Amino acid sequence: MPERIKHVPLDIEKVKPPRAEIHLIKNQCKGCGYCIEFCPKKVLEESEEINARGVHPPKIVNEDKCILCSFCSAVCPDFAIFVLEKKQEETKK
Amino acid sequence: MVQEIVAHPLSKYLREEMMPHIWCAGCGNGIVLNCFVHALDELKADLDKLVVVSGIGCIGRTAGYTNTASFHTTHGRSIAFATGVKLANPELDVVIVSGDGDLFAIGGNHFIHAARRNIGIKVICANNFNYGMTGGQLGPTTPLEALTTTSPYGNSEHPFNLVHLAAAAGASYVARWTTLHVRRLTQSIKRLMQKEGFCFIEVVSPCPEIFGRRNKMRSGLEMMGWFRKASVVENFSDPAKADITPDRIVVGEFVDIEKMSYEKLFHEKIAQINEKTMEKMS
Repeated sequence: MPERIKHVPLDIEKVKPPRAEIHLIKNQCKGCGYCIEFCPKKVLEESEEINARGVHPPKIVNEDKCILCSFCSAVCPDFAIFVLEKKQEETKK
Repeated sequence: MVQEIVAHPLSKYLREEMMPHIWCAGCGNGIVLNCFVHALDELKADLDKLVVVSGIGCIGRTAGYTNTASFHTTHGRSIAFATGVKLANPELDVVIVSGDGDLFAIGGNHFIHAARRNIGIKVICANNFNYGMTGGQLGPTTPLEALTTTSPYGNSEHPFNLVHLAAAAGASYVARWTTLHVRRLTQSIKRLMQKEGFCFIEVVSPCPEIFGRRNKMRSGLEMMGWFRKASVVENFSDPAKADITPDRIVVGEFVDIEKMSYEKLFHEKIAQINEKTMEKMS
């Protein structure tokens, strides 16, 4: 076992990892697939539905895996996706 | 998962009535606009003191999409118009977002002389290797042996190395990134906005519908895959050796120097002349 995970951190009860809230503006998506391809945690996937522009927008598969890097919102050419941090009270429930 | 439509946090920098934009799926121009707007947001830029100028071409639409003072100019003359804006009011930040065909084919002479004078305008050039808007003719940046509508058997003209040209002409900040390097591009645009003098960023941008279609890269993802495979980050390397070939795209910051800008020298000179004439009059 590596040295760093032998001991439990003292503040593990207090510190909560940030949770993400992914917002998709589906009708702005043109289906280029950059957000799906370049997500480091593979949170997104192509969906079955067809939006107003006739393409398959992404769907969120596993929002809990998101690490809030916001690369999807930085690489989106159409301003159709953005990530906000969930408020801490919501995660406690 | 949240279903209701919430406004994008960056939408205050965009003209919402113009959205969604006209660019194709997978086009890099949207990413250039996104990075530019991200940089403005991080800098908390004063939108009343910012002018976005663009020329003709697909990316020329940028001036119409940003919610700032903007100027959509004639073909190749974006630097000429921006020079006028900057000299008339040196307090304004003038940013040119234009394409390789506009800035380096028809507007090549304006570019080298603006860089020589070191006038304080900022140029962001999206390089998509051809004239995308008019149907994919070969331009000054088309790589050797690339297929376009006017070179169906392969291009036999040597392309421009834009960063080398800008560095040799005397620009005070020169960088090249691809649209895959979004974070570094945003950082670079922030640096560009804060610097004095002539600054230039080349953004290697995918054009899947026009250029990629004829060169075995039919989707934006395939073109981004090429950038991912071929790009090498080499900061402050020799721009003369930074040619774009199918196997190697050298990216990074190439030049970052301090130099007195033209508009300062020009307005100082005017003040000197005014003083002298006032002395003579009295």
